[in-house]
Amino acid sequence: MTISIDPQKTNNESLQPKGWLRYFSFSLDHKVIGIQYLVCGFLFYLIGGTLASAIRIELASPMSDFMPRDVYNQVLTLHGTIMIFLWIVPVVNGAFGNYLIPFYVGARDMAFPRLNAVAFWLIPPSGLMLVASYFVEGAAQAGWTAYPPLSITTPQSGQIIWILSVLLLGGSSIFGGINFIATIIKLRRPGLKLMQLPMYCWAMLGTSLLVVLSTPVLAGTLILLSFDIIANTGFFNPVLGGNVVVYQHLFWFYSHPAVYIMVLPAFGLVSEILPVHARKPLFGYTTMVFSIMGIVVLGLVVWAHHMFTSGTPPWMRLFFTIATAFIAVPTGIKFFNWVATLWGGKISINSAMLFSCGFIINFVFGGITGVALAQVPFDIHVHDTYFVVAHFHYIVYGGTVFIIFSSIYHWFPKVTGKMLNEKLGILHFIITFIGFNLCFAPQHWLGLNGMPRRVAEYDPQFQFVNQISSLGALLMAISTIPFLINVFLSVRNGKSAGDNPWNALTPEWLTSSPPPVENWEGEAPLVEEPYGYGKEISEQK
Amino acid sequence: MTTLDSSKEIQKNNSEFNETHEDFRMFGLITFLIADGMTFAGFFAAYLTYKAVNPLPDGAIYELELPIPTLNTILLLISSATFHKAGKALLKDKNSDSQKWLFITAFLGIIFLICQLFEYFHLPFGLTDNLFASTFYALTGFHGLHVTLGTLMILIIAWQSRINGGRLTSQNMFPLEAVELYWHFVDGIWVVLFIILYLL
Repeated sequence: MTISIDPQKTNNESLQPKGWLRYFSFSLDHKVIGIQYLVCGFLFYLIGGTLASAIRIELASPMSDFMPRDVYNQVLTLHGTIMIFLWIVPVVNGAFGNYLIPFYVGARDMAFPRLNAVAFWLIPPSGLMLVASYFVEGAAQAGWTAYPPLSITTPQSGQIIWILSVLLLGGSSIFGGINFIATIIKLRRPGLKLMQLPMYCWAMLGTSLLVVLSTPVLAGTLILLSFDIIANTGFFNPVLGGNVVVYQHLFWFYSHPAVYIMVLPAFGLVSEILPVHARKPLFGYTTMVFSIMGIVVLGLVVWAHHMFTSGTPPWMRLFFTIATAFIAVPTGIKFFNWVATLWGGKISINSAMLFSCGFIINFVFGGITGVALAQVPFDIHVHDTYFVVAHFHYIVYGGTVFIIFSSIYHWFPKVTGKMLNEKLGILHFIITFIGFNLCFAPQHWLGLNGMPRRVAEYDPQFQFVNQISSLGALLMAISTIPFLINVFLSVRNGKSAGDNPWNALTPEWLTSSPPPVENWEGEAPLVEEPYGYGKEISEQK
Repeated sequence: MTTLDSSKEIQKNNSEFNETHEDFRMFGLITFLIADGMTFAGFFAAYLTYKAVNPLPDGAIYELELPIPTLNTILLLISSATFHKAGKALLKDKNSDSQKWLFITAFLGIIFLICQLFEYFHLPFGLTDNLFASTFYALTGFHGLHVTLGTLMILIIAWQSRINGGRLTSQNMFPLEAVELYWHFVDGIWVVLFIILYLL
């Protein structure tokens, strides 16, 4: 994607193509890159959502009648991989991080704009590659975890494309992480202290540390796995003397922190949204910061709680159970802080606020089942059942995706200068909230009663509950329609938003909407109290 | 894309930017090297776990000869010192000295790679013979890839430190410093690898 500009005529105005064309260019502007991440991620969300609908249609009846069993396995593999690596991780990190972090630190762009653009442009090709791998003979069908020996014994061509694609996406994620760490630590406006940063900066700093420390391990593991598949080595192949549990350890060393990579930025975003719509300062700023860092440290030492049934020795079970239970402490602190932020606030019931409150409800539920799953006796009972599916979706959909929608409602006026329609937004929330809970709450029951996950067929006694779940999935699919209508209508002729429709105090609102190319007309403002609601505005510089 | 850079506006902004902010490219590189180090850490952890819990089948060959890797360790340690010399020389504006030291460093890197290949060809086991062989080739191969990239980068900056028209001067030390840090990192990884793989 090269847009050639005559160097003689180049000035600030023509740095990038005008209008929508710039979103298809190798733009170095962090705001353009943020939107590129968001829209690209949303397109993959639609693909992944279609696959999810296919899964739920199949599961509406106990027999595998909608698609053959191997196709079902391919579909669930593709669904998981797309949703995690192409929708949630790029959007909560890449999209909102790139758009907001430079504003929050008072900079004109990210620390390494070119690296930033490279990181984004790695995503569309690897995403297309991943989707295309479905049409190869022998698409990947080992799930998003790609556990050997399953991933070694199933057809190989699709699995290799899957590995290549995940490696590229991991590289993109690492480049992004390096950029965020450098921007937050090194690029702060002079006079802005670390403890004055909006909470999303802290969340992104913690997330990026996890990305930089854990993603390379996944890359190394997948390289070894590809050796097993291509070169017939035996790293993870017991027949050749290898050890499958080593793969699980290395994989979860990335993939447990990956859960925090998906959810910590959402914690940061909700900490930005709640104070604005409740007109109150964020409760317990310092404890928020320390709980984020606590989650980062603990998040690196809990991975084996995914492996309690993999012949884990007792001392390991004990250690990882205790470490996992400890994570509930910083997470709990954050939830009490959010509820305390809402307490006694002047709450506006709008779409952004509703989605944030939905997040709090869903995530508390997912968190409680998470603590339950960390207990070895319980985990052994429900391991690889629908209970795990329900828990996971309460975290990533009920948690992160709700916050992605909340953030879109909150920052849409900033990005476009237009308001979204509130009625359609509230309709979107109601359908999503009901659909989501209808889809995933019954799955707890299914799991407790022993319905295994990742299998196309099940015992007929589970049919009724599965049909309720499928009905919920249908509602979730429908919920996208009012959202898309809302966005298209509002971009074209939405109500003009003005520069700061929410009267927010965080720095991104102190410039025009949409912001100019280098963010500020003059000097970047020094915001010492990003959450100073209810105080004298004149104290703000 | 390249034409964007030639924009005077951007250059002006960049210079303003660099006046108010320190150069953080080195910071970014260090973060990247930490990430790269984690890849090696993963490999080392896998190797040590295999060693502890996966006994090799009877008759598997896993003996390594020490002379070549010891020579390689010495070569890399010397190359770290010669690279340091190159940096010192450039700082004193002695570009030709700097270039000479860089070529010596690159030469040592190439010798290292040749020795490594020599060792590969004379080992009694191949990639798929047993688990030890696989991990041995994966670890040394991944490190060798790093040495290859490092050697190429050294040759590039050696070319750039030429007296007429070279971009590398005492005012623009960053490319040399970046490659130097990377090279020390690769050396450090080799020392750890040597201890874990050959001595332990």
